[in-house]
Amino acid sequence: MNTFLEALVSQPFMQNALLGGLLASVACGVAGTYVVVRRIGYIAGGIAHAVLGGMGLAYFLGRSPFIGAIIAALVAALIIGWVSMRWKKQEDTTISALWAIGMAVGVLLIARTPGYNVDLMSYLFGNILMIPKSQLTLIFWLDVGIVLLVLLFFKQLLAVSFDEEFAALRQVPVNFFSMLLLCLVALTVVILIQVVGLILVIALLALPAAIAGQYVHSLSRMMLFATLLGFFFTTGGLAVSYQYDLPSGATTVLLTGLAYLTSSIGVCLWRRWQVRRATHSCSIPETRAE
Amino acid sequence: MDSNQAIISLQDISFRYEEHVVLQDVSLTVHEKEFLGIVGPNGSGKSTLLKIILGLLVPQKGQVKVFGASPEEARLRIGYVPQFATFDRNFPISVRETVLQGRLGKTRLIGGYRRQDHELAHQSLEEVELADLAHRPLTSLSGGQLQRVLIARALACQPEILILDEPTAHIDPKVEEGVFELLKRFNQKLTVLVVSHDIGFISRYITRVACLNRTLVCHATSEITGKIIEQLYGAPLRAVHHDTILHTH
Repeated sequence: MNTFLEALVSQPFMQNALLGGLLASVACGVAGTYVVVRRIGYIAGGIAHAVLGGMGLAYFLGRSPFIGAIIAALVAALIIGWVSMRWKKQEDTTISALWAIGMAVGVLLIARTPGYNVDLMSYLFGNILMIPKSQLTLIFWLDVGIVLLVLLFFKQLLAVSFDEEFAALRQVPVNFFSMLLLCLVALTVVILIQVVGLILVIALLALPAAIAGQYVHSLSRMMLFATLLGFFFTTGGLAVSYQYDLPSGATTVLLTGLAYLTSSIGVCLWRRWQVRRATHSCSIPETRAE
Repeated sequence: MDSNQAIISLQDISFRYEEHVVLQDVSLTVHEKEFLGIVGPNGSGKSTLLKIILGLLVPQKGQVKVFGASPEEARLRIGYVPQFATFDRNFPISVRETVLQGRLGKTRLIGGYRRQDHELAHQSLEEVELADLAHRPLTSLSGGQLQRVLIARALACQPEILILDEPTAHIDPKVEEGVFELLKRFNQKLTVLVVSHDIGFISRYITRVACLNRTLVCHATSEITGKIIEQLYGAPLRAVHHDTILHTH
């Protein structure tokens, strides 16, 4: 651990990486909570993969891949949102198509870009150690935007996630807020891609919030808890990968996955133990109080 | 009927999903302060009829007026209690947050709820006798408690009509009676419209019953007497014979 701390103090790139992870955790905790409660992990996965198309195009045109990623993610989110509103049955197919076509376009354009070839692997699996300072500023502002929108429209987003029909009856513009939610998820996906890459993004998006959901029962607490877990996983992943010279993205995701598995098993065992204790302590099986 | 003020009026409504006709030439007038029960077997179009009144579905034929306006315009004056199935019971939300949703559309657009909204939500919870569960997560409630929370959410809308879709479908008969007693009390101030597949319980509380099975037949509950009541109480709705019992109007 000493070497990691020493590197953190002495190496600016390590400080950037740490800061990148912390900033990403904020978006991850907030948007990830919506992904979990609305069960839109597959949509987030589709957006993440479609992003490669945008990155590839930006790279091909000599523009910033990060901006390309943001545009592609938002376009993908709007297409998926629009299709699922109009033709709900086609949603699944649309996501699959965007998923694969985005990847194909990205790979082709990157291959066709003349000159020194970009490291495709860092798009796919992330490379937080290479994160430049300018990108950190951008991630910071995206965080601010995401958190601000959620704070302003928390009650509408909650109502739409919980019971769309009732929200519509209270004249909440359900389609608008569903779209807004998808856009927030899209921006978060782009941020997280910088940390773990687009293939692994879905784990970091969903799992911290899913773990949080096992312990707390309100959306706002889930967001806070998931953000803290995100801090822990990104920092832990960075430390372990540095210490043992492992790829940082994969290490972070593995750490997150292990935590999710452990937590799920723990919660499951705890519940069983409680049921057993309840049935042992009284002869009548426990029923819910009316 | 306490008053002749027609607040919901359906005229010759027909609705079909693609080829399947769900409602055919249904006409219905609901008056102020009425307690109307709509009964019918599963798949008889009860929920569809409610969704038309709420403006969630638009009929292919016929005219719908709620408070003399279109259903969309009248929405905010209606408190709606959906069936359980419309949302995830494990959703991380507290009782209070759920009830507060009734204030949407009447509270401010940006930021949190107002203090007045919190007060109204609290009052609504008191009306259904659940004020002390306000901070409990929704997942921890029993079926009967959850049903009361949904009723409180509808009350928080400060509605003039309360519409309930199968309010007692997932709760045991003892609790069911409590729910109807509650509705009877609200009926002193509000018009209440209840959909149910079971006429047994409901006929003791309502002023008028509409039997729906693609087409609609209305009866005043006073018309249902003696032998008929025995039949209604003794058997589920499917055993009610319209042709022998009922006068149409």
